[in-house]
Parts: sequence; C-alpha cells; structure tokens
Amino acid sequence: MVRLNVNGKEHVLEEVDASTPLLWVLRDHLGLVGTKFGCGGGYCGACTVQLNGRPIRSCTTPSSAAEGQAIRTIESLAADGILHPLQAAWIEHDVPQCGYCQAGQLMSAAALLARNSSPSDADIDSAMRGNLCRCGTYQRIRAAIHSAAEKLGGAA
Amino acid sequence: MKAAERLARDPNLKAVVREVEASLDAARRQDVSRRTFLKLTGLAGGGLTLAFYLGSPSVAQSQEATGEFAPNAFLTISSDGSILIYNKNPEVGQGIKTAFPMIVAEELDANWNHVRVEQSPIDEAVYGRQAAGGSRSIPSSWDQLREAGAAARAMLVSAASEMWGVPVDECSTANSIVTHDATGRQLTYGELAESAASLPVPDPGSLMLKARDDYRLIGKRITGVDNEKIVTGQPLFGIDTTLPGMVYASYSKCPATGGRVRDANFDEIRSLPGVQDAFALEGNDTVTELMPGVAIVGDSTWATQSARTSLRVDWDESEASTDSWSGLVEQAQGLSLQTGSETIRDFGNVEEAFEGADQTLEAFYSYPFVSHAPLEPQNCTAWYRDGGIEIWAPSQTPQRAIQNVANVLSIPEERVTLHQTRIGGGFGRRLLNDYVCEVAAIAREVGVPVKLQWSREDDMAHDFYRPGGFHALKASLDGTGRLSGWEDHFITFTHDGRSPVSGGETRGGEFPEGLLDNFRLTQSMLTLATPTGPWRAPRSNAIAFAVQSFYHELAVAAGRDHLEMLLEIMGEPRWLEEGNVGVLNTGRAAEVIKLAAAQAGWGQPLPPGRGLGLAFYFSHAGHFAEVADVSVDGNRRLSVHKVTVAGDVGPIVNLSGAENQCQGAVMDGLSTMLGLEITMENGRVQQSNFHQYPLMRINNAPVVDVHFIESDFPPTGLGEPALPPLAPAICNAIYAATGHRVRTLPLSKDGFSV
Repeated sequence: MVRLNVNGKEHVLEEVDASTPLLWVLRDHLGLVGTKFGCGGGYCGACTVQLNGRPIRSCTTPSSAAEGQAIRTIESLAADGILHPLQAAWIEHDVPQCGYCQAGQLMSAAALLARNSSPSDADIDSAMRGNLCRCGTYQRIRAAIHSAAEKLGGAA
Repeated sequence: MKAAERLARDPNLKAVVREVEASLDAARRQDVSRRTFLKLTGLAGGGLTLAFYLGSPSVAQSQEATGEFAPNAFLTISSDGSILIYNKNPEVGQGIKTAFPMIVAEELDANWNHVRVEQSPIDEAVYGRQAAGGSRSIPSSWDQLREAGAAARAMLVSAASEMWGVPVDECSTANSIVTHDATGRQLTYGELAESAASLPVPDPGSLMLKARDDYRLIGKRITGVDNEKIVTGQPLFGIDTTLPGMVYASYSKCPATGGRVRDANFDEIRSLPGVQDAFALEGNDTVTELMPGVAIVGDSTWATQSARTSLRVDWDESEASTDSWSGLVEQAQGLSLQTGSETIRDFGNVEEAFEGADQTLEAFYSYPFVSHAPLEPQNCTAWYRDGGIEIWAPSQTPQRAIQNVANVLSIPEERVTLHQTRIGGGFGRRLLNDYVCEVAAIAREVGVPVKLQWSREDDMAHDFYRPGGFHALKASLDGTGRLSGWEDHFITFTHDGRSPVSGGETRGGEFPEGLLDNFRLTQSMLTLATPTGPWRAPRSNAIAFAVQSFYHELAVAAGRDHLEMLLEIMGEPRWLEEGNVGVLNTGRAAEVIKLAAAQAGWGQPLPPGRGLGLAFYFSHAGHFAEVADVSVDGNRRLSVHKVTVAGDVGPIVNLSGAENQCQGAVMDGLSTMLGLEITMENGRVQQSNFHQYPLMRINNAPVVDVHFIESDFPPTGLGEPALPPLAPAICNAIYAATGHRVRTLPLSKDGFSV
C-alpha cells in the first residue's frame, strides 16, 4: 500500500508495493503518462518530477520515499488552464523536436526558476545538465528559460 | 557463421536500405503518376473533404459514387470554417507533422489558426508511401500536398464565383476567405464548404500552383502542432498508449544475437508478485522480426521489469554472434596495408598521378559502432482478437510493420490495423520493427491488450548499430598544390562475404568522386554477426569525417588555405548529373561553403589554442558546409564555442523546424564524436545504459548559427544532411588550434574531453 499526494490530490493505492518506483506508479497506476521513462537509472532525467519543489528522478525514487510529500508532475504545471510561462516560452521558441524529454526538462526548469528568477547561462547549464535531450534542443531550452524568466520578472 | 548468415538473408535489412536510399526523383514520379483526386461528401457538417486515391481513376470514381470510400482524407473543410489536415507520415522529431500541413495550407490559402492537424490512418492505397527515413518525406510529397491544397482552393473559388456570377479570375483568396476584388464581396471557406463540395474536382493538371514569391506561410517560423500537448504532458507517444484491461510485458533475448532459449525458471517467475505469465517464444529466426526470448506478462510495467531481475535463462549460443570489436580492429589494421580486394570505382590512373606528384600523403582513419539510443525506449501496444490484430506503434516504417506482423503471425495483412503514434526519437532505429513483431506475438498468447516495454538496457543491447569502419587513404598534390589523385581503401563489414552490411555500404558518389580525374575506391569486408542498419545520414555520417579531414590534411601539406582549396576542387558551377537532386551540384556547394566561411569570420586572427575548422558534405540531396570554432587547453579539454551552418535544400518549408533540424544534427554529431562508442566482445555489446554511453549534455552544447540559401531547386529533406560535415569541421578546428590530427573517433580515444 502506498499513499501519495500528487498534484494536490491524495491517492491511496492499496495494490501497489511501496518499493515501486514513483515513475511507474504515476504512469501505470495513476494514468499520468506525461512523466517519461528513459533509462531507469537516473541518468537521463526524462522522468523528472518535483518533490516539495525539488526536481527528482522518479525512476529511481521508491514511492515510499515520496509518501507524505508534495509530488508535482508535468500535468499540473499549467494552473487552471493557464500555461506556465516556461510552457508558453517552450511553444514560442518551438523547443521540442521529438518532444520526449521535454516534460522532464520543464520540471527541472520550473524548479530552477522557482529558486532563481533570473538565471545566467551557467546557472541554466548547472540546473539542466541532468536532463538529456537526444535531439539536441539545448540551445532553445536555454533561450526559452531566459525568455520565461524575463516574463516572470516583468510580472513581479 | 550462422549468426552472420541469418542477417545476410534477412529480407527487411535490405528493404529498409532501399526505403531510405531509393532515388528521390523516382519517388516523386511514382507518387505523381499514380495519383488521382477523390472528393468525399455527405460527412457530418456537410463540408468539403478531399482525399487522394492512388490507383485507377475509374475505381476512385465508382467508390465516390457509392460514397463507400473510407474518409481517409488529406483535408476537410467544415461549414464552421475549421480545417482539418491529415499528416500522413510518422512524426519522429523531424517536424513533418507541422511541415506537411503547412504545404497544404499554403496552396489552400488557409488561415493557419483555423487549421487542426491529425495523424492519418496508415493505408498505402490512399496515401502512398508513409515512412520517415532518408530525408525523403518532403521531396516525395511536395507536389502531392501542394496539389491537395490547390484543388480545394480552386473548388472554393469556383463556388464563390458561381454564387456571385463572376468569373473565377476576378476572385482572390487569403486567410480562408474568397474575395471578389472588384466589389470587395467576401465569403469564408466555411460558408463555401458545402457548395464547393457539390462541384467537380479539378484535374490536377489544370491547377495553378503558387510562385514562391506568393508564399505567405511556407518559409515562416511555425511552432510544432503538437507542442502544446508536449509541454502539458498529454498522451502522444507510443509509450503513452493505454487500453482498457491492458496488461504489460517485457521480452528478454539472448545478449549475444541469435541465442536460443533452452530453458528458464518459468515457474519461479510466474510466482512473483504482479506476474501473470512467463513463456518462451521461438521466433522466426529473423533479427528484424522475432528472435527467441522469454516474455513476462504482468499487471504493471514494474511487475515485469522487477521480475526480470530474477529471470535465469539457459541460452543455447551455438548459433549466436561471437563478434569481438578488438579482434575486428586488429584485422582491419592488417588489411589497411594493402589495396582492397574489390574495386568499386577506378577513374583515370591513380598510380600515374601518385608517381608524378609533388607530394603524396597517406592516412588511416577509423570510427566505431554507435547506437541510435532514441530517448523513448522501444515499446509497442497490441490487441489480438478474432484472428486479427490492432497495433499502436511508434514506427518509422508503419507500412512495413504491417507486413512484418502479418508474416510473424501468418495472417493476411488486411487483418493487421496499425495506429501511428508520435515517436520519441528514431534516428533510423525505428525503421526496423522487431519490437512491433514481439508484442504481436505476445498479444496472440495473452488475448487481451498488452504493452511491451523494453528497458534502456534492451535498447542498447539489441540495436541495429551504425557500423564502424576504416579508410586507408592516399592522395597526391601536383606542383601547383592541387589534388591530382585520390585512393580510398574502405574496410567495412559483411554478413555473407558478398555485399556490405546495412549502413556500411559505399555506393560511390562520396567526396571527392567526380571532382578529379584520378580516383580509385576499393573495398575489403570483415565478417560480422552484429546487426547493423541505417543511422542518421547513413554512410555519409562516417565517411565525411575521414574524407573531409583528409582533404584538410592535404591543404595543410600544400601550405594552402583550406577554404580556397575546397572551392578549387568544386571548380566551375555544374550539376554532376543534370536534374538529379541526389547528385552533387558544385555551384550550390561553393555557395554554402562561402556563406559558412563568411558568417563564421573565416581568416580572422585567433588566440593560441583556438581554431576554426571547415568542412563540406553533400548527402541526402542537401548541400551543407559547417565551420566550428573550438578552443583546446593543455589538458586536451575542448570548448566548442560556436558552429556555423550553411545549407541549401531548396525552399525552406518551416524555418523554425529547419533550423531545429540543423541545430539537432550538430548536437547529435558532436555528442557522437566526443565519446560514444559501442563495442562488443563474445557477441555481447558492452555498453548498457547512458553512464557508459554518455550523450552530450546542455553544459557542453555550443551555439549553432544556421543559414540557408533558399535556391529554386526542388525542396529536399533536412533530417540528415546537416550532420556529416560536423565531425570533420570539429577535427579540422582541433588541428588549427593544436596541430594535432584526429584520425580515430570518438575523440576520447585521443584523450580529448569536454
């Protein structure tokens, strides 16, 4: 049995073994397939979600370790149908190619902007280096993060 | 030998090479000649739907008359003004799902904001070729898509002109509106859709297609049509497929290709939590379809993956690969001392050129096997029932997947329905449909919907790798410092001793063939049992490194400027085969070389330890030149500051997507050359996950500056041709910065890091 708070909603999953990685609970049991499987070893970052606002690799995090904490996935990055500035910037800059890594990229980027409202290129590289993009969209990821940071700064 | 023979007779490996290599012009002709239009009416909303029917016009008309033809349409205009455009080819990250509808919408004069895009059904009779590979989608579909849009536009204009009682040539279109220019009267496409649907479909030959100056949409930066779904995490990819009552599966094959299951601890596996069944599949001894293995079926992905850690299989490896990369390298080094056993090309007299030369140079270049490693591990979902099967597949070749599955299950192709999903990266890997066949065979056993999920380790162990290769090069310079003779002994691999492996062929036409009088290409082949296949820009992705680096070596030896010497060998602007976009045009080459050099500041003084490197390559109908700006410190740590790309693929459809492909090709090329290498010993691939296959990360990503020359030649694809020049440009820059010549990839072999 595992009890998880995902995107503000409590879930009690009687049939799930608490050692199951959070990734597979999200995808197979809760139907939240936005979080992606890439490597299973914490190398690629496709499975990145936020735990109490910190980016974590859900493929190597047992769900028991996430109990009683706030789990946030890509499905809740847009609040009340309004895209997060990062999501809007991702669309504006046409960041995705295949798009598979982008949910993880966005969850890492959102955690970065939450703690650093105007990151430098070096800050971005340091915060985002855990997220592989096989298509090589890195240049646009940097540009979109800067662009979202400006919008957030402008709104503050 | 058995393992190599198995690959030699694999029908799909050869077919897939044809798929990505077939002449672009032939593809165009085929799609055009067999095409006719079919109008579909009576759909919900009473709008105008246009489809193509590939085949006999009389069949099309009879089906139109009965209204029984399935609505496999290219576009539908509804009375509410919404426009639905189907994208017929798989979206793998190359941007086709945005580019194809843009071409239709351009000729239709649609307001892009009214356009919605859906993935079309897979049906060869309606859509012709549906595949993503060889940078062939745009060239093979350009005319077809433009005519679809133009036909619908002509019908809408006719409908308006009839309503107004004015000639059609007094009407113009823009933004989904027909305007009578003299009176300013307007009707929207939505208002016209129903009456347009009652008009005859124009003959494709009568359509007026736009001149490039009139384009409003093509050439602009348009964001991807799936981007909102991607950034909000909505289901799109194969791995996201969820069906009612679905179960999950893993499939374990022998780590050495070709091993068979003697026995396994099935009872123990079946007793594990969440596991429903475990069984062996014999397969059809075809690596591209179904090889022997053990399937574990369970009630979640994790149940099957964690059960695998307890799986013990007794493999019979008597017919499995025993390949050893270190052994193959040794053999290649031995062979490099002599001329190749087979002569592929022999023009002029190379010996004479070498004898009369001012100087001759020799060099031995080599590169390793690499994996495709798309970020979405292979997966597929299938539901077998009543003697037929329904499949949800992230495949680059869905039509071939249907044939593969029909073959594996011994059922007619008509009983296989395939739904195309978005694909989380392919790079050529998903041209082969082994994972589709595996889930099909598992689905027949379980009888309920089942999703097969490969692990990353499965993906890295069971790829169709880009084969490594070796080039023993020799060339001569005459008294004026001009290239006078060139010989390449290419050492590649074979499964059967007769023809090279997939992705390890040379077909001639690679630089500098055709650009000098004395040219010889010979070939030797080493026997290989490891599966190989096309990898982004097949052949060229590796050959370019050797030949464009070596040409720079010659410039250095001649004491000449590399740019000047590269322009010199292109010579007078000429098309080496007039009218064939698959063949080098030296004029287009020279222009991109000059543009890349100018944009990169070629010739500017740079501090010690920093250098610019230039390379050009022509592949997949694209002319590309690249300049890399690289610093190297005393510990051989590289900083790639910038890569300037100049390309000519004719008119650009989606500027954002086009730049994305070039930026991605540079990152892919750099990532691969820095430290990626697949090695095998005793038939087993030694790398298992990204810690041993270190794809480049954002902190090492250079700025990529992309420039296009939008010539009037027919548009061609962009998935591949920007990749090949990257490796030699970087290596030439390293030489300029340090005086060290890189002749072996990856760079980590020479002690370079980032």
